[in-house]
Amino acid sequence: MTDATKYLSRLELGQPDQTFLDSNELIINMGPQHPATHGVLRVILKLDGEKVLGTECVIGYLHRGVEKIAEHRTYAMFNPYVDRMDYVAAVSNGLGYCEAVEKLMNIQAPPRANYIRVILTELNRLASHMLWLGTHALDIGAITPLFYTFRDREEILKIFEKYCGARLTTHAFRIGGCQYETYEGFETEVKKFLKFVAPKIDEYEELLTTNRIWVKRTRDVGVISAKDCIALGVTGPVLRASGVKWDIRKAQPYAAYSDFDFEIPIGEKGDTYDRYIVRMKEMRQSLRIIEQAVGKIPEGPIMAKIPKVIKPPVGEIYHSIEAPKGELGYFIVSDGSTQPYRLRVRPPSFVNLQALDMMVRGALVADVIAVIGTLDIVLGEVDR
Amino acid sequence: MLDYITSYLKSDLTPGAAGNVLWAFVYILLIFLGLSVAVIAMNWLERKILAHMQVRLGPMRVGPHGLLQPVADALKLLIKEDIMPAEADKVVFWMAPLFVVMTAFTVFIVVPFGPTHAVTDMNIGVLFMLGVSSLSVLGIVMAGWASNSHYPLIGALRSSAQMVSYEIAMGLAVISAVLMSSLNQAGTGTLSMIGLVQAQQAQHTWFVFKFFPLGLIAFVIFAIAMVAETNRAPFDLPEAESELTAGFHTEYSGFRWSLFFLAEYSAMIAVSSIAVTLWLGGWMRPFPTWLSGETWDLVFSLFPGLTFIFLAVFAFVGVVRMPKHPYFRIQTMGLAGFGAVLGLIGLVLFAPPVRDRIQDIYWFSVKVAVSMYMYIWYRGTFPRYRFDQLMKVGWKILLPVGIGVLILTAIAGVWL
Repeated sequence: MTDATKYLSRLELGQPDQTFLDSNELIINMGPQHPATHGVLRVILKLDGEKVLGTECVIGYLHRGVEKIAEHRTYAMFNPYVDRMDYVAAVSNGLGYCEAVEKLMNIQAPPRANYIRVILTELNRLASHMLWLGTHALDIGAITPLFYTFRDREEILKIFEKYCGARLTTHAFRIGGCQYETYEGFETEVKKFLKFVAPKIDEYEELLTTNRIWVKRTRDVGVISAKDCIALGVTGPVLRASGVKWDIRKAQPYAAYSDFDFEIPIGEKGDTYDRYIVRMKEMRQSLRIIEQAVGKIPEGPIMAKIPKVIKPPVGEIYHSIEAPKGELGYFIVSDGSTQPYRLRVRPPSFVNLQALDMMVRGALVADVIAVIGTLDIVLGEVDR
Repeated sequence: MLDYITSYLKSDLTPGAAGNVLWAFVYILLIFLGLSVAVIAMNWLERKILAHMQVRLGPMRVGPHGLLQPVADALKLLIKEDIMPAEADKVVFWMAPLFVVMTAFTVFIVVPFGPTHAVTDMNIGVLFMLGVSSLSVLGIVMAGWASNSHYPLIGALRSSAQMVSYEIAMGLAVISAVLMSSLNQAGTGTLSMIGLVQAQQAQHTWFVFKFFPLGLIAFVIFAIAMVAETNRAPFDLPEAESELTAGFHTEYSGFRWSLFFLAEYSAMIAVSSIAVTLWLGGWMRPFPTWLSGETWDLVFSLFPGLTFIFLAVFAFVGVVRMPKHPYFRIQTMGLAGFGAVLGLIGLVLFAPPVRDRIQDIYWFSVKVAVSMYMYIWYRGTFPRYRFDQLMKVGWKILLPVGIGVLILTAIAGVWL
């Protein structure tokens, strides 16, 4: 029994259509070295011609044991590690972790820090969605949007670099607030960026939204119902595209999100096109949030009063935020020492990836690529 | 010897028609050479144009503005290790690229670059072209099968299904053009490529404007089908990079892969040539009736020279804009030399005997070049079709429309 069939035999797979012609199934390995699996995802496909009978995701090629590492680091030392999970949305990861530890220690970040956190996190959401759009379009065969989105994402990374010195793994926040004050001209630069990027988003939409081939490739592809989404624990834009108005920024506001006025875009059918539209609208909402936040950053300290040695009381905490890809949760068990007793991450990509099999069964090979793209997974986060 | 050459240059027969084997051989060599140069140029142009569409620069390092990049690539491919998968069917694996290249080049026997500039004028030229170019699918299936690997196999299956489907729509569009050619005084149509252009000359129109919009629709059908036929975006499913890594040539590398590359580009040029011959007036210059007379003839005959002079000026602007650092001295000199060569060619093309002789080839090449630009443009703009949608477009849209156009053309031909 080969490796691939061993994996597949664990699954109840559909049988090939034998009423018309007798055909043999084909089992192929997609990945871990494949241009369209967004890293090192390996999908074992069982095909009847072009039709997908079943899939099995094999993950772990990028496993670094992040959760285990946490048990041997102090709370502050572990902070940079979370950036390496979802490396295209490192700021969000940091925000989730810092807030979780703050909640555990029962401290509050000062309002100014919260505003800076919101601005940077929303900028990061934009960057993450831009990267998603470029790669998703590339998977479907439109190569040009990739370069446009990367050009504009660059401007966001420049702001990050100016703020904290790093472009990708930013380590922007600290437990209790932010380490760095905003640099001189931060607000004008962000405002300038907002002006610059709004027409660019229209530009992406011009290339794709009404493009016949794009609509054909994404409409009714990878449909998932709201019920299935909830059953599988799928969150983020995927859940919202299925028509569930669930956004942690609204449902359980964290940081300073309760101060801002924004909408939660939702879709109807839960197909790939809806997810595309939802993410495009989300980008515009992010712009709205940043615009409001950057206008009224309060004065004051950026760091709460925290002890030199972070030693949370005995207890456990679950805190989650709305990362660009969905609900990013941290569950921390503290035994009162300087290191977490156990840290568990609820990564949105990992949970969303579960839906892949349900979404592509009965579809064609090309749809598998479209669905992997639309789920917006980052393997660094899936494997951790 | 000189007499022999001049006597041939004055004749108005193709080498094939004159039964002159030596000249036919010279023509074949010239076409092979020109085609190879065209493919190399296409390689550079595609990367450059696509890059500028995508807000990047494209090749810039090897030679000024990356002009020597195709040469470097070709060298790299030639000296690469020759890998053949252990499980592959050796003979078929070896034969497949040769087969594909052979068919792609054979087509050019009947392509009329001018009234006499074709290797031969076959009376079934169109059939020959369609037949031979569709043989290339066999080479692709062979490649997919011989690789003994899943991705190439799926790619080859897709490719064969796609090419077979689109050939029908293509054939229907071609038939309506052939029907249009039968509307001359003698009332006889022709399948000869040269005859088709001559028919357009006699009817004082390009077939794309004939029975408006019938000719245009037929041309559009052909234009879509030819993209599918050559497996280019948005119909590049057989080699869909994001799905099948590289489709039927996944297992190929080095020289063998370069043969597939060569075949793909020469097939693109070949089908573009058919489109140009059948609908865009072949070697005819634009506005032959509207802007007629000796003055206009002279103006249009200056175009080939002007084009090269323009390119030379372009190169010299590049020379001026080159960074003045000593590191770029050789590159600047190279670009200046390149510009000088282009300018010299331009000057030679102004000389009356050359000018008259080169006219037809020039206009034909310009039309083909526009078609090639469209290929690049599609690639920069469109996402890729899914397999079933591709089939739907072929069978449910192009085929019925093609039949409709064919019938209407026949009716229009009888009534008008």
